[in-house]
Amino acid sequence: MMLELILLLLVGGAVAWQSERINPNLPRWVAMATVCLGLILLMSAVADIPSEKFSITADPTDAQSWLLYSRHEWIPRFGISLEFGMDGLSLLMLLLTLGLGAVAIISSWDEIEFKPGLFQANLVWTLAGVVGVFLSLDLFLFFLFWEVMLIPMYLLIAIWGHENRGYAAMKFFIFTQVSGLLMLLSIVVLAIQAADDGNISFSYGELLGSAPGGTAGMLTMLGFFVAFTVKLPGFPFHTWLPDAHTQAPTAGSVLLAGILLKTGAYGLLRFCIPLFPEASMQFAPVAMTLGVIGIIYGAILAFAQTDFKRLVAYSSVSHMGFVLLGLYAWNSLALQGAIMQMVAHGVSTAALFMMAGALQHRLHTRDMNRMGGLWHQAPRMGACAMFFAVASLGLPGLGNFVAEFLVLAGLFAVAPWMAAAAAIGLITAAVYSLWMMQQTFQGKPNDEHKMQDFGAREMSAMVVMIIALLWLGLYPQPVFDLTEPVLEGLQPLVADLPSTIAATIAGGTP
Amino acid sequence: MNTIALIPLFPLLSAALLIISTGRMPRHLAAIMGAGSVGLSAICVAMLANSFLADGQVRELTLWTWMSIGDFTPRIAFYIDGLTIVMMSVITGVGFLIHLYSIEFMWDDESICRYFAYMNLFVAAMLLLVMADNLLLLYLGWEGVGVCSYLLVGFWYRDPANGAAARKAFIVTRVGDTAMALGLFLLLTQLGTLDIQPMMAAANSQWQVGDTLPVLATALLLGGAVGKSAQLPLHTWLPDAMAGPTPVSALIHAATMVTAGVYLIARTYGLFLLAPPTMLAVAWIGLATLLLAGFTALAQNDIKRILAYSTISQIGYMFLALGVGAFASGIFHLMTHAFFKALLFLAAGAVIHCLHHEHNIFRMGGLRTRLPVVFASFLIGSAALAALPFTSGFYSKDAILLSAWAVEDIGPWLWAGGLLGALLTSIYSFRLVFIVFFGEAQTEPDRQPGWKMATPLILLCVLSLVGGWFALPLAGVFPPADEHRVSHAVEWISIGTPLLGLLLAYLMFLGGQLSVDKLLASSSARALRDFWFSGWRMDQLYDALWVTPYKKISHVLRDEPVDAIYNGIVAANQWGHRRLLALQNGELRWYATTMALGLILLLAVMLRNAS
Repeated sequence: MMLELILLLLVGGAVAWQSERINPNLPRWVAMATVCLGLILLMSAVADIPSEKFSITADPTDAQSWLLYSRHEWIPRFGISLEFGMDGLSLLMLLLTLGLGAVAIISSWDEIEFKPGLFQANLVWTLAGVVGVFLSLDLFLFFLFWEVMLIPMYLLIAIWGHENRGYAAMKFFIFTQVSGLLMLLSIVVLAIQAADDGNISFSYGELLGSAPGGTAGMLTMLGFFVAFTVKLPGFPFHTWLPDAHTQAPTAGSVLLAGILLKTGAYGLLRFCIPLFPEASMQFAPVAMTLGVIGIIYGAILAFAQTDFKRLVAYSSVSHMGFVLLGLYAWNSLALQGAIMQMVAHGVSTAALFMMAGALQHRLHTRDMNRMGGLWHQAPRMGACAMFFAVASLGLPGLGNFVAEFLVLAGLFAVAPWMAAAAAIGLITAAVYSLWMMQQTFQGKPNDEHKMQDFGAREMSAMVVMIIALLWLGLYPQPVFDLTEPVLEGLQPLVADLPSTIAATIAGGTP
Repeated sequence: MNTIALIPLFPLLSAALLIISTGRMPRHLAAIMGAGSVGLSAICVAMLANSFLADGQVRELTLWTWMSIGDFTPRIAFYIDGLTIVMMSVITGVGFLIHLYSIEFMWDDESICRYFAYMNLFVAAMLLLVMADNLLLLYLGWEGVGVCSYLLVGFWYRDPANGAAARKAFIVTRVGDTAMALGLFLLLTQLGTLDIQPMMAAANSQWQVGDTLPVLATALLLGGAVGKSAQLPLHTWLPDAMAGPTPVSALIHAATMVTAGVYLIARTYGLFLLAPPTMLAVAWIGLATLLLAGFTALAQNDIKRILAYSTISQIGYMFLALGVGAFASGIFHLMTHAFFKALLFLAAGAVIHCLHHEHNIFRMGGLRTRLPVVFASFLIGSAALAALPFTSGFYSKDAILLSAWAVEDIGPWLWAGGLLGALLTSIYSFRLVFIVFFGEAQTEPDRQPGWKMATPLILLCVLSLVGGWFALPLAGVFPPADEHRVSHAVEWISIGTPLLGLLLAYLMFLGGQLSVDKLLASSSARALRDFWFSGWRMDQLYDALWVTPYKKISHVLRDEPVDAIYNGIVAANQWGHRRLLALQNGELRWYATTMALGLILLLAVMLRNAS
């Protein structure tokens, strides 16, 4: 199924591209149909999995314990194969990817006039790359998809972006590319030094537990860490993000914030920490410090922005700091929190970028100084914006709160002072979120803009995301149940991490 | 048992429908749904209270397990005991009256739908707050009421000043909430649960009185409480929050939400009893706040700001009660305060409503004959606020003062401070009455309150008068209080002080025997008045300490200093690029020379290696 899903998306993208010749409105329908077909394919495959498999602890080294697993030879000489595996975590990420993919298509439904076919093709190809990233178990294959998702995204920004798109697209490309090459280097080093008798392998299951120790291990780990933290993005590798987000077309921003950033978090959780338990353990205090800095720094810069999309972009930097903290705290609460943050932030930020796109489409500006009082003209947009603003500041009852609470609660057990510092982010998030509402929808109405409220198409996307966040906030258990066996399989690989951190960070034991 | 679930469900459902209608619902329907849903909840609460009073059984109801990760299993579950019953009665009872009043008050507002949506959402969140059986669900209600308060303070969003007040309210309380969240993390890490009753039991068995951990945990919870209940040092948001519609001030910023901090401490009293230093801090914070706010109220001239500072001051009394361990007295004062302060706010709202949105008390005057119902309401409300004998406020405040007196060592000091506060309360309350309702008329009312406004006023008048005789079902909730034996002199002084305040207010603001102008003759007295008027310059202090630095930092960082690193790398590359580009200049001589030099260099190296 997994290879088929990727192929479906690749082919669907190509069909969408060519369908432009028949009718310029056709590509978006083809793209939508492709994503829906992908969802159907995924769900039918999931329906075939015996239900008890969802609850047994997943052992990543055992092919049988994956929900779905397939392996085909590709380059046998170097031990490279088309090895795919899906567990609860990948499944959750796939659902998020395809769901937000649909949202992305809706959000730019009538925004694109230039080469709509190629636009939709790039959009769907990005999804194909992301799906590949979430399914690959062969590290070489993983790297391939890591690069595959980059190129169509680059094109989306470079061709359909806004006024400064060339710079932003180049910056995005170079940051991701350079860090990706570091990862490739690390992958090769890891595979070569783990090879015995010249039998080299890139398989995740076989590489687990074979990381070099000492400085070599740390350096190899850092190759992964930098690649994933650039994507996350974590401080201080985040500076590509505000530019890319601001300049990308709406669908690009939705994909970027909703899904692409999550590949960084996924990479840390799936590869970086389990492959290098010892080095990660030593590095955890640094990673956590970067997380805390990211939370506060992102929030301060978000407050300083006048560009709506830039503000949301910096809020992403702030929110992804929680993911970094949760991953390196490495206990059940914090890890579940980090995963929940990946999903909840994906939804809430995608919605905010859709809002940004809708505003720009109507007002032809992203400058919040030129907005204000829009609630009067567009109460539905205002209500939606308010909902996602309070979601992003972590209102209990919505998914983002569950995520942040669990991360901080888990972190508090291992590093209380880190948790206390990170909690400042709860205040600063309120500052920028409410300021954003003030600048756009509240305040004196500006009569020079006549603005259309959300229509049925946009409202339906918003309602779905609102329901999703409420569901994640009030009954998140299905998500936890899905990922719990995965985490139970991963956690023993790095069993003594928390106590080590507690010892490393002064004043650690509560 | 199902009635329990219905209580928060009615307003929640109504809010959802009102929001979904996005303003297209006819205002009659919106008003009926808005007030009716709270009315239905009130009926359910009455039924529940009735059966509770009959058997005294604690009721618990689990709706579903919120999340379950390892041992962390918070539920969406309710815990109903006497304390909850009192809080629910106040919220739905007073809440219903305020909703009814709102129909008339907000009738001409185009956004009446949005108004009732927020108000209903608030009631639902407040109910969740008091019904929650664990601190996480309580926190959900806690933040929920915070957001509703934000939405309602900034209800008239077109004026940026209202937006600023709303943000201030949310962010200042959020500072406290963050402390509270850390408290939850600490409790969860140490005690392994956030379910309030098991948690207090675990604390009792794990901790000794005076241990560091309970002191730290309660101090963090206290942070949340002072934020929400507008106590020092986080009280500055409440006076500004008066920017919202007046019924909002009555419901949220007088009767219910601001007392959530008092409820929190009372609810987790088992933890606080393990932490005497925190208890002492609660008492001193209460005392300091009640005095500071009392002095400030004396100097205000906006009718709603006077009432706002008075609210801060009265919650100070509740904190004082909690701090000296008189939990039941604190809750008692919470209830009577809800009656008379809601009454005062609604009466003030009626004045504002009938006087073309006039807020300045010096432009009112002579309303005694022109708005008789409102005058009676204000008189009764002020009497209860000032704790004149036989009003509801008298019983509750007297209980607090006597409990304070009974504390070892510092008791008389706390009592004397509270008494000074009572004197201030009496003076500023009757200053308000005398200036607004007596003397020369400054502005003519253009209408009279209709039945929807008058009925709640009359009912609240009755409650403010007789509320002191209610016996609250708190016996099973808190540990039994010691019987205080105090001398009759102390009692008589406690009773007499408000009367002295009334007399002083009469002499200053009605009789004219004591001239305020003479008091303000010296420049230092005027400076003191201005100091009080500004709320002891707390806003300026916080601006200088927090707001301005934060804005400055964000302004400095605005253009992304981190990018300088990457720009540096880019610049270095470009520099190298230009240097290297210079080599390729198209001149054959240059190429030949460099080639020859290179060759010689290579040969030299090779020869050297060979030898």
